[in-house]
Amino acid sequence: MIETDKLTRCYGNLTAVDALSIRVEPGQVLGLLGPNGAGKSTAMRMIAGFLVPTSGSARVCGYDAMREPLKAKRALGYLPEGAPSYGEMTVREFLQFIVRIRGLRGEAGYRRMDAVVQQLQLDEVLGLGIDTLSKGLRRRVGLAQAILHDPPVLMLDEPTDGLDPNQKHAVRQLIDMMARDRTILISTHLLEEVHALCNRVVIIARGKLLADATPAELEARSRYHGAVSFSAPGSGMSQEMLGRLPQVAGVEIDPLDGRVTVFPKPGERILEPVERLLQEQGLEVSEIQLERGRLDEVFRQITSGEEVGRGVAA
Amino acid sequence: MSPVNAVVRRELGSYFATPVAYVFLVIFLVLAGILTFYVGDFYERGQADLQPFFVMHPWLYLILVPAITMRMWAEETKGGTLELLLTLPLTLWQAMLGKFLAAWLFIGLALALTFPIWITVNYLGAPDNGVILAGYLGSWLMAGNFIAIGACLSALTRSQVVAFILTALVCVLLILAGQPQVLDFFQGALPRRLINAVAHLSMLRHFEAISRGVLDLRDLLYFVLSTLGWLVAGVLLLDLKRTR
Repeated sequence: MIETDKLTRCYGNLTAVDALSIRVEPGQVLGLLGPNGAGKSTAMRMIAGFLVPTSGSARVCGYDAMREPLKAKRALGYLPEGAPSYGEMTVREFLQFIVRIRGLRGEAGYRRMDAVVQQLQLDEVLGLGIDTLSKGLRRRVGLAQAILHDPPVLMLDEPTDGLDPNQKHAVRQLIDMMARDRTILISTHLLEEVHALCNRVVIIARGKLLADATPAELEARSRYHGAVSFSAPGSGMSQEMLGRLPQVAGVEIDPLDGRVTVFPKPGERILEPVERLLQEQGLEVSEIQLERGRLDEVFRQITSGEEVGRGVAA
Repeated sequence: MSPVNAVVRRELGSYFATPVAYVFLVIFLVLAGILTFYVGDFYERGQADLQPFFVMHPWLYLILVPAITMRMWAEETKGGTLELLLTLPLTLWQAMLGKFLAAWLFIGLALALTFPIWITVNYLGAPDNGVILAGYLGSWLMAGNFIAIGACLSALTRSQVVAFILTALVCVLLILAGQPQVLDFFQGALPRRLINAVAHLSMLRHFEAISRGVLDLRDLLYFVLSTLGWLVAGVLLLDLKRTR
């Protein structure tokens, strides 16, 4: 479990993290979202016990990061931003160092290291210097370091940054697999990742908590939530007709690809009426889609504090 | 103490993973030889002891120890590994101690590798090997003191060059503090008591006493306490970094 209580950190006049209170329970994968400089990494550094909070506190598995740092650090697996590691060491030496410093002794230590090396597919590079590895491999070495002691709490600062799509997928599978009984906090600015991994999202900007919801709840805040979009040649005709439907709040046509998006009035379901209307008009529709909502739009709306377009803002 | 052990092994490993260790050892041994035989007039003195050898050590350390300690914390700060290290389950003290011990053991190895000089002097004459042992002990203690200074000043900055220069500067001040030229310079300006205090700060004075074979508790305490003091200062500096 991770708990922060009014966690605050100032650099001079700048408040990087502003009275942040969150609580992550076992089984939860919380995605910490925010624009660059929002205070994600600073918050994580305080939870990990690297930075001292200006005020407030952070606890890992009930251990205060400042008062009982060793117990808190033992319970935590942490991947710092950029996955730093000692470049002059080989992957094997580096992981052995972590094994030793974490006090994993003898047979158990070796078995654990083997398992992690398998999980992250590092067997082929064990003997290589970390400096010579690609960015993606280095990230995986960092991940291996974080999960080596099989911690109940995992905190990963941008775990898939710099990975190719296949590696991203592998890392997400790994996190997914670990998620069942663990507490996981990841920071990211990739919105797709939130869908793929998280069952809870916290959005922060300028150090302040702005939203705390499930990905689905966030999507519901989008004006695209429940909208229907389709592509049909000659759909210019239909725009007016669709606009006249009682459930419809508005119709937009993408000037580039001609895709039509129909927005519902609050609380209305419009897929059926739109389909019916299209059928009545005899319009050939190649494909029609019910939108779940667009996270990027909600993200922008929340973090920049401005209304994006009209429609349903929560 | 397992985390200290892990840090010691990692640090030593990284000395030898890069050319640093080998370059250091070669330069140390070559310089120690040259200085002893050419500058120290080892043969011409006609005495079976290692005074000319030990006399040069402060000056050797002055250049070589900062080269070893400059990366100690500066590199970790710059490379971001400090965050990794300090979020592992070990205290700042254990990390500092591990790094210090690794460097100290390494200098110990360099000193041990000067054994041909000891063999030479035993072959040529009948030296007092107790005095020589005391000389080695004093030299190693002094090296520890230099390392502690370097460790502390490396924690101060993220630039290795700055760490090197600061360390060399502090070390040269501590070496010269007791020299008559320096003391004479302050003779008129400072009260006698203060000048005496400065003279006692001199590393050279304590080192020379030990390397003559006089194991005075005060000289030993000087090195132990000074080393501890610099290490404590280094830990405090690192701790301060976490709050700034």
